[in-house]
Amino acid sequence: MAMIQEQTLAVRSERVTMSSNDLAKFKTDKVCVFYGVKQALKDVRLDIFQNQVTALIGPSGCGKSTYLRCLNRMNDTITDCRVEGSFLLDGDDIYSKDMDPVHLRARVGMVFQKPNPFPKSIFENVSYGPRIHGLARDKHELETIVQTSLEKAGLWKEVNDRLHQPGTGLSGGQQQRLCIARAIAVQPEVILMDEPCSALDPIATARIEELIDELRQNYTIVIVTHSMQQAARVSQRTGFFHLGNLVETGATEQIFTNPVDQRTQDYITGRFG
Amino acid sequence: MASDHIVKSFDDQLKRLENLIAEMGGLAEVQLAGAIEAMGKRDLERAADVTASDQRIDDLEALVDQEAIALLALRQPMAKDLREIVGALKAASMLERIGDYAKNVAKRTAALVEMQPVPSAQTVLRLGILAQEMIKDVLDAYIARDADKADLVRQRDKELDALYTSIFRELLTYMMEDPRSITACTHLLFIAKNIERIGDHATNIAEVVGFLVYGRNATDQRPKEDVSSFTVVQS
Repeated sequence: MAMIQEQTLAVRSERVTMSSNDLAKFKTDKVCVFYGVKQALKDVRLDIFQNQVTALIGPSGCGKSTYLRCLNRMNDTITDCRVEGSFLLDGDDIYSKDMDPVHLRARVGMVFQKPNPFPKSIFENVSYGPRIHGLARDKHELETIVQTSLEKAGLWKEVNDRLHQPGTGLSGGQQQRLCIARAIAVQPEVILMDEPCSALDPIATARIEELIDELRQNYTIVIVTHSMQQAARVSQRTGFFHLGNLVETGATEQIFTNPVDQRTQDYITGRFG
Repeated sequence: MASDHIVKSFDDQLKRLENLIAEMGGLAEVQLAGAIEAMGKRDLERAADVTASDQRIDDLEALVDQEAIALLALRQPMAKDLREIVGALKAASMLERIGDYAKNVAKRTAALVEMQPVPSAQTVLRLGILAQEMIKDVLDAYIARDADKADLVRQRDKELDALYTSIFRELLTYMMEDPRSITACTHLLFIAKNIERIGDHATNIAEVVGFLVYGRNATDQRPKEDVSSFTVVQS
């Protein structure tokens, strides 16, 4: 008995100390977010590790999307939203005066819940970002970027013969992969995904999940999802948010087989919503 | 244990699984008790009863498998729920083995009754009673999700092993002294071995309880007292 307890303690402390392979891409600390007087996030501390998929789960309104949107300053556009705390991307404070939000969003790309291609051609959807950021010197280079981005997003084979047709003419799953291609065209370091599969059917979802796993080789990914099975399938680390608090974070396998906090346990086993 | 799911039918299914394990455990206990009693009293009829009743445990194990697989496929259980289901699958297969060993004890008892009693039978009886206690305690611990109690069962397995080793030596000695006793002694030795294996399964179930409660497999080495595998008796 004593033995078992000691083991449990050992396991718990292991969760706090990270392995040396885990390199923090993002370090965030003391994060508080307010919408007017309402506090949406309370003193959140979370590290996002490089080349890993971090899944954020929790009931609606728990603050997970708010947290995600802080990571590329999407909350800047909301008038009465106030963000406090430190956000270090490779040591750079992303909320400092020197940080250009447009440049930041090229480093930290985002894919949304509903596929939202520009009402333009497939080619223009992907080439727009590299063009405004001046990543291509000539037309040929731009074409190369479009092709490799579509290849990485697993869409090239399906669309290479109709690059100049509208992106909105694709199926939902293809549109979402187009949005991922658009995000990676500007060579980001981190990709944020806010419920990227909730508007997709299971097959399209599986394609995106497979894609996420491949993208992990080159990018750091943070995904907000309502599907716990999806979090379990695609992520290496999982954070559970509840009422604005980050309740528990750990290796995905541990969170889904043996969570420490009772609230995590109750949520993932379907005992409260 | 399993309660308060938002989806009530999930609770019902988990409860059904739990009840099946409790029923299997009860039957395994009865089977072992019956086999030990038949051996002690050289009761052929009782032995035949035990042999015939094993099928019920096998059937229950099939039901547990069915329920557990349905739960895994349809509910995608997580955390504690997942451990409950995996634990039930493991416990069911161990209980089924315990039933098989009890049945084998009963069958050999039927053979023993045909022969001259061997003096060691009394010690084997003691071994059987010890195993019965372990099974009872581990099943109580399982139902109560009491990891402390389960751990005590784990610790008791060494008593069983030590007693088994001494029976092993004793029987070898009888066989050398009187070769006519070899058949009876061999049956008795297998009976003792079966009971020792039952103790191992009780220990495994105790480890399942630890897994259910703490979510970790026991990794510490239990003290082993069964040295019969290395025992040589010089003639």
